[in-house]
Amino acid sequence: MSKVINIQPATRIEGHSRVAITLDDAGNVVDTKVHVQNLRGFEKFCEGRPVEEMPRTVCHICGICPWAHHLASSKATDGCFGVTPPPAAVKLRRLMQNIAYVSDKILNFYFLAAPDFVIGPDADVSVRNVVGILQAAPDIAKKVVHMRHLGAQMLEGFAGRAIHPTFSVPGGVSRPFTEAERQKMLPSAQELLEFAKFSIKFAKENVFPKYMDTIKSLGVIKVGYLGTVRADGALEFYDGKLRMMKPDGSLEDFTYDQYLDNIGEWVAPWSYQKFPYAKKWGKLSLSLENPVGVYRTNCLARINVADKMATPLAQKELEEFRAAFGRPAHYTLLYHYARLIELLQAAETVVELLNDPEITSTNIRVPVTAKAGRGVGCVEAPRGTLIHDYECDNEGLITKVNLIVGTTHNNAAINLSVNQAAKENIKGGKYDQGILNKVEMAIRAYDP
Amino acid sequence: MAVNVIEDWLNACSGCEISILNIGDPLVDLLPQLNFVHITALIDHKFFGQLGEGTAMEVPEAVVGIVSGGVRTEEQKHELQEIRKKAKFLISLGSCACFGGVPAQANMWKNEEVFEKVFRQSPSTDPSPNPEDPNVPKWTPTCTAVDEVVKVDISIPGCPPHPDWIAEAVTGLLAGKTSWSLPERSVCDTCPVIREKKSGGGPVKRWLQNYEFKPEEGLDKFRCINEQGYLCMGPVTLAGCAGKTGQPRCIVARTPCRGCFGPIRKGAQPLVDMMNALTSVGLDPKSILDRRAMMNRYIGGHGNLKVLPARPVK
Repeated sequence: MSKVINIQPATRIEGHSRVAITLDDAGNVVDTKVHVQNLRGFEKFCEGRPVEEMPRTVCHICGICPWAHHLASSKATDGCFGVTPPPAAVKLRRLMQNIAYVSDKILNFYFLAAPDFVIGPDADVSVRNVVGILQAAPDIAKKVVHMRHLGAQMLEGFAGRAIHPTFSVPGGVSRPFTEAERQKMLPSAQELLEFAKFSIKFAKENVFPKYMDTIKSLGVIKVGYLGTVRADGALEFYDGKLRMMKPDGSLEDFTYDQYLDNIGEWVAPWSYQKFPYAKKWGKLSLSLENPVGVYRTNCLARINVADKMATPLAQKELEEFRAAFGRPAHYTLLYHYARLIELLQAAETVVELLNDPEITSTNIRVPVTAKAGRGVGCVEAPRGTLIHDYECDNEGLITKVNLIVGTTHNNAAINLSVNQAAKENIKGGKYDQGILNKVEMAIRAYDP
Repeated sequence: MAVNVIEDWLNACSGCEISILNIGDPLVDLLPQLNFVHITALIDHKFFGQLGEGTAMEVPEAVVGIVSGGVRTEEQKHELQEIRKKAKFLISLGSCACFGGVPAQANMWKNEEVFEKVFRQSPSTDPSPNPEDPNVPKWTPTCTAVDEVVKVDISIPGCPPHPDWIAEAVTGLLAGKTSWSLPERSVCDTCPVIREKKSGGGPVKRWLQNYEFKPEEGLDKFRCINEQGYLCMGPVTLAGCAGKTGQPRCIVARTPCRGCFGPIRKGAQPLVDMMNALTSVGLDPKSILDRRAMMNRYIGGHGNLKVLPARPVK
């Protein structure tokens, strides 16, 4: 008789999901599903709210990447009110976003992903976690806790909040950055940059080589990619054009307000999370052998769509990465590698912005006036492209909200990777907790 | 001897869990004292057995249960009830768990209206029936706080709660202190800004430009936001966002208090009290657009936000 394995909850990821693996009589995998089990309804309950309240409302979509939602929302509200924030405001938004990126990537790599690699994919559950890391490598673990916290303190010291910020507002930001604050933040930024350099070196020497076979096999799928690039094609988190890459590597760029021409969302009866797909590539198919319309976001996608990195050290790393894995690189576990290249770019960008004299300008906000309008604001969240599309009436109250966010883009790809990992690893009814954890590692790579 | 702890997020965003990590360096000493028998964020314990063969949710025994997020689905409700059965002490962590939180704003609509919007009225979505599957838990009739479902021993409010309070409440509990609460003070009681008990009068201004202040000056030279003529929820919001030593966090950013720590005391009516506070400095609170949602932003559980008959289309 066929049988269903229920992995619930999927762990060391954000959110609520259950992985169901159906086996046939012979114990081979016939079906897998990743069921996302929660829905909050932001798109509805934001209706009626004043536009200026949106950036500090929708940040609550995600407590790990609130800055990304905060900023995508701010950009959408800039659009609703038809204003362009002054250059210093944009620099301060980017500064905050990049600091938050550094904290986020440290969290994901060391707290969530590292247990699988440092302790081992089939190690006992009691030690395959951050507490196990604390015991196995106490010096690194202490440093990680400290560095992650340092980023949070940098955000809080200036912008009040690290989690669920209020600092970015329609037309700019709420307060300027003083010279004293800039001086105070610089040494911390240097500390983060040194740690970013250490992290990628550490991973390249101690983690990736050991798991090269797993990297080349686990959860591997060949699909497309979506990310943001600057006008010159460099990888960018805050602003630019959206770029879609087909599985064969061909590119198509589009502006934020063209997203509806390029992205559709399918609703599965078995998940609260929708399945965005590339509209121009044909009808969505989740067939593992021949997927159609499936694209990925998050770091590996950004690394693939970008022509280059925006900072020198990260660029050197990209060159090394491309020499080894090509462009596009399709191995799913390379997300972890790509994440560390981005960590480096984010840390370098923080230092670069702090050395920009314009960042202490007091011209940081254009006042706005309530009027009817629409704004589509996008940024790259750590987990992928955020699309915030708002419309408001002539009193400046929200009438429509459409959101396609981070991990949602990866929904189809995650389901495919889980399918591949389950089929590769579970055969003839043989599996154990280590094998089931490998299936989850295919999810964890996406850092959902 | 480490104490068994179970932690999980319900209708949550994970911000509370990140706030636990923001305890910072002291976390390194605190973690080994806690034996997490379940924490979705960090440890691979499964509710249906490590081999996924269980048929019913099995929640392990623990001394301390910590739950973030409100209750949005029948399965979350079931899990919460199981955690309550298995944990000696239950902590509701954060304003979603304590009051419903931001997602409880959904209580202003019928559930079907929310589903209609998400699955059939979104411009990017292929219009489709609502997901319907045994593995997709049904919504509860409303989004509720944790204490609307089970008894709670300690509530730590905030969006997110300050790490100081999480550390204090948890270490207190480990030392046998089974109750914890913040003093009944308002954000204004801890806010260093200049107050003169008057404003320029007239309608409450919308937050469409920045407040008046000199960048290099501290909050002790910053004029109260309400008295500058704007809405700040400080007068009716429990103090604590700043932790033990800081200044109110939103005010540090020169932005108004959002009300995220909830009411100063149980049973308070922030909407009524806030209207009075604005009146007392000479402002006309009726001029505020969307004040029901704005003033119940984090506390929409407990029946504070509900579907109103014949809501005007706005």
